[in-house]
Amino acid sequence: MNRILATVAAMAIVTIATRAAPFLFFSKRKPPASLDFLQAYLPPALMTILVLSAFRNVSWAASPHGAPALAGAVATAVLHLWRRNVLLSIAGGTAIYMALIRLIA
Amino acid sequence: MKEHDDKKNAARTVSAAFKVGIPVLLGYSSIGFAFGLVLVGSGLPWWLSPVMAIVVYAGAAQFMGAGLLAAGAGVMEIAILTLLMNARHMVYGISVLDKYAAAKRSKPYLVFSLTDETYGLVTTIAPPAGVDPVGFYFALSAMNQLWWVLGCAAGAIFGRALPFDTAGLDFAMTSLFVVLLVEQTKTVRRAEPYLAAAVAAAVAYFAVPPGNFILAATALTCGLLLVARGRLERGENREGSARR
Repeated sequence: MNRILATVAAMAIVTIATRAAPFLFFSKRKPPASLDFLQAYLPPALMTILVLSAFRNVSWAASPHGAPALAGAVATAVLHLWRRNVLLSIAGGTAIYMALIRLIA
Repeated sequence: MKEHDDKKNAARTVSAAFKVGIPVLLGYSSIGFAFGLVLVGSGLPWWLSPVMAIVVYAGAAQFMGAGLLAAGAGVMEIAILTLLMNARHMVYGISVLDKYAAAKRSKPYLVFSLTDETYGLVTTIAPPAGVDPVGFYFALSAMNQLWWVLGCAAGAIFGRALPFDTAGLDFAMTSLFVVLLVEQTKTVRRAEPYLAAAVAAAVAYFAVPPGNFILAATALTCGLLLVARGRLERGENREGSARR
């Protein structure tokens, strides 16, 4: 119980610190142009990394060779390109993943 | 009369923010619900889900934190991983410094609630004409967190009342990132950021232990983007800005 509360408190403090850092640091001075450039192109790059990180722990060598995760991700992307409905894309992709890990694992 | 106008303005601000935040309502309530289910399914107390949603309010870090808590990881270990995972937020604030400059009492909350999705909306959607921008951003931020808290609470309560096999439900987080990536490809139509990230991820996959993957890949991507800076900025002038 104490460990849970201490962990939540630590996570809250660290998260607030990361969000507040630029406001505290750049409240008086101007951010350098290179940071301004990075923040324009980091979101697409970070989303790519976050998607790939989800596949970091997939065991490709063992059956089913990551097929459920790949199928779930492709289904999400196709659904989203087709209907552009966030809820539908996430529910559809997750449902396919959950079904596949039960059927072919 | 003044009071009446203030009330009318407030109602207009809230309704404008509600409409803009509908995708987040759908996304946060479903991901939050999945988080609550996963948390209870891993043996943690149900109240932890809404408490984390209120005081931590960070999707991916909450999934990671709950998973590690259930696995018996230490406080320091989880704190460091949260820092690495949320380090990207340090970059977000820079692009809303100007937008949030006029905020007074609401500023601490605006900064606290700057999640990926709120950042995305604040930097892409302009407040409607005649609506106070800071009030609009505040209403948007607060409603986004409300949907998250409700989703996390509902998932934990349902997960406790109706125990069923939730294995694989955490894939909702991967799906969310895929959705956000598809959305990014619609606004940033340049190959370089995606290629840089893919190359960096491949290097990080082989070079560092799994726990440092995201941080290493992010740092390497920043380096690669800075190398490609001249190229990207020349392209911007030709095709119009990719920014914001």
